[in-house]
Amino acid sequence: MDFNDTKEEATFRAEARAFLSANAQLKAGTRPVLRQSGVDAAAVQRCKEWQAKKADAGFAGLTWPKRFGGKEASPILQVIYNQEEDDFVVPRGLYEIGLGMCIPTMMAYAKPEQLDRYVKPALRGEEVWCQLFSEPAGGSDLAALRTRAVRDGDDWVINGQKIWTSGAHLSDFGIIVVRTDPDKPKHEGLTFFFLDMKSPGIDVRPIHQMSGASHFNEVFFTDVRVPDAQRLGAVGQGWKVSLTTLMNERLAVGDVQRPDVDDLLELSRKMRIDGKPAIQNGAVREKIAEWHARSQGLKFTRFRTMTALSKGETPGPENSIHKLVNASKLQDIASYGLDLMGNHGMVVDDDLTEAYGMFQAALLSSPSARIAGGSDEILRNIIAERVLGLPPDIRVDKGVPFNKVPTGKR
Amino acid sequence: MNFDFSDDLKQLRDQARRFLSEQCTPAVVRRSLDGQEAHAAGLWREIAQMGWIGAAIPEEFGGAGLGYEGLCVLAEEMGRAVAPIPFGSTAYLAAEAILTAGSDAQRREYLPKLADGSLIGCFALSEGNGSPEPSAIHARVVGGRLTGAKWPVADGGIADIAVVVAIDEHRQPGLFVADLKDVRRRDLQTLDPSRNHARLDFDGLAVRQLGSSGWGSVQRVLDRSAILFAFEQVGGADACLQMAKDYAQERYAFGRPIGSFQAIKHKLADMYVALELARSNAYYGAWALSEDATDLSLAAATARVSATEAFHLASKENIQTHGGIGFTWAVDCHLFYRRSKQLGLMIGSAPFWKNRLVDLLETRNAA
Repeated sequence: MDFNDTKEEATFRAEARAFLSANAQLKAGTRPVLRQSGVDAAAVQRCKEWQAKKADAGFAGLTWPKRFGGKEASPILQVIYNQEEDDFVVPRGLYEIGLGMCIPTMMAYAKPEQLDRYVKPALRGEEVWCQLFSEPAGGSDLAALRTRAVRDGDDWVINGQKIWTSGAHLSDFGIIVVRTDPDKPKHEGLTFFFLDMKSPGIDVRPIHQMSGASHFNEVFFTDVRVPDAQRLGAVGQGWKVSLTTLMNERLAVGDVQRPDVDDLLELSRKMRIDGKPAIQNGAVREKIAEWHARSQGLKFTRFRTMTALSKGETPGPENSIHKLVNASKLQDIASYGLDLMGNHGMVVDDDLTEAYGMFQAALLSSPSARIAGGSDEILRNIIAERVLGLPPDIRVDKGVPFNKVPTGKR
Repeated sequence: MNFDFSDDLKQLRDQARRFLSEQCTPAVVRRSLDGQEAHAAGLWREIAQMGWIGAAIPEEFGGAGLGYEGLCVLAEEMGRAVAPIPFGSTAYLAAEAILTAGSDAQRREYLPKLADGSLIGCFALSEGNGSPEPSAIHARVVGGRLTGAKWPVADGGIADIAVVVAIDEHRQPGLFVADLKDVRRRDLQTLDPSRNHARLDFDGLAVRQLGSSGWGSVQRVLDRSAILFAFEQVGGADACLQMAKDYAQERYAFGRPIGSFQAIKHKLADMYVALELARSNAYYGAWALSEDATDLSLAAATARVSATEAFHLASKENIQTHGGIGFTWAVDCHLFYRRSKQLGLMIGSAPFWKNRLVDLLETRNAA
């Protein structure tokens, strides 16, 4: 075992580091960036400038084909870039979904001339993409979606509603999966498109989250026309295309959320229990030790993934545990940090709050981490079925025409 | 980055897994459990011949010189097989203490015999209740003679030599090597009868000190063995998860495999998560051990905390997944449940290691 880069990896890491040092500020010592507020116009501008700079320097779309401005690099180089970027303050939050999920889906299914039109502007950050999947009636059970598309000449006409669409209010284009045949069982009646978010009939309404921010939206479709030429995959094959999108989820690398164990350790030195620093309290120490073991376990699990990538192998199933562990850990550490503050933990007033308010911010934002991108429950199902090979759940909707599947009141 | 075992060591692991699945079946474990033999002596001889006991002992001292990563992959398989042999006592504790603290002469005297299986070793630390810490040590050596009682000592009833933690002439804790031939000892009934445990009474036995005074040499042995035991715990947890998974696929209730119920799926998913976290922490420990890394102590505490939790969770939820049949003597679930506790207690339990982990974090962050 060793933790050394190969020669090629080391050279690339140094190049990435040099680019970042020249263009961004190191995180160390700076105030942590809290995802409390939404992405405003100024933030969008910062994101766009950064993405263009990154693309011009050749650090965007590292694994993509060269004809689209990529480098056809091994996934390990993307991981290395992410690791390095994680040490710097860079604007985030605008392109992750478009470049991580939408464009890879386009590359798998769109026509060459469409790729020539859309990929490069996306890579340079000139055009923003969103992913229109979840619906009020289809979240964890995504294939239960009801938004309808009906063929009309060379177009399809879309009516319905999407929800939890991150960045829809900032997006130029979107990928969407809709129901084209409600008489077929639910997975068979779906079709996939990409569309212009400025199309007539699209109404984007931001959702006010419990954290106070508005990262995602409801998107309403009223007689929205999409050319058949913008269909991705065959009619009725929308589920298969959706799986391609979902498989392109970003490798869970870097991106340690705050507050983490070191933040809690620092806080527990400052807070007092029984007139002594909380860090001297046995119960506090047990908690810190358990979270440290979990944090480190995730870090070294990433190292195992990197090892597989570095050897050109597919990472093992252990990669599936990250979000499940991280999301709960974040919520629990946030809550425990506030417990240590006592009544003062209530205060989010900028002048008076502890630790930049990161514990309070995480308390309110962490519930979404346990739901978005696969809830804890769905992730456990996935581990049980795809990793451990347990039999699928017995489904009452299997083989039943979609319009005969029972629905509830919510 | 190459955070994985080499192909050679993976081959060794596969070979060990195959061998133990044939030669260390539950029936063999049960011979010790039922008191028919204190340990699987035949199995012990065979693994000695294959060089496993001395895997990490350098060749100049009669070992196989495979390094610590080699010993780690073997440890995982010992845990998976719930092996009823004094492997940890001999290889991770006695041999490690002599190797890390002993003089060259002491190494030459003992290590070749430990490596070839002709001497069984044990580590006499506990004196009844308490954590492994200096204030818990009352056994004393005066004029080269050891007085005091040690219990429970894993494999104390079958060992030929013991490495004993006792207060030395400088009133400091130290490590001593003792020949157990004429020592008064009594086997103890324990939670895990598949492993021998004994009480050793020392009444002026001549012993020799390994290295110099101080708790540091004791802690060093504890840290290093914690990583190796973590691999045993990972192996045990993995075996429990496999057992639970197999049962959940075969057992039907309400007209369907119980593994199709989310209550069972989520339980098994949680076992998997704990296991993978523990495995990754153990891997880092293996690296720290083989490089003698500066953060070895923290790596050891982390691996220990993680692995103890994973094996405990997996062994208890394996019984739960089996339902009533899992609570019977005839089904093997309890072999793992017992061993999980045995391994979790023997070199300091979870509260001790969690506290130590935070001590080490504080030291690191202050630096």
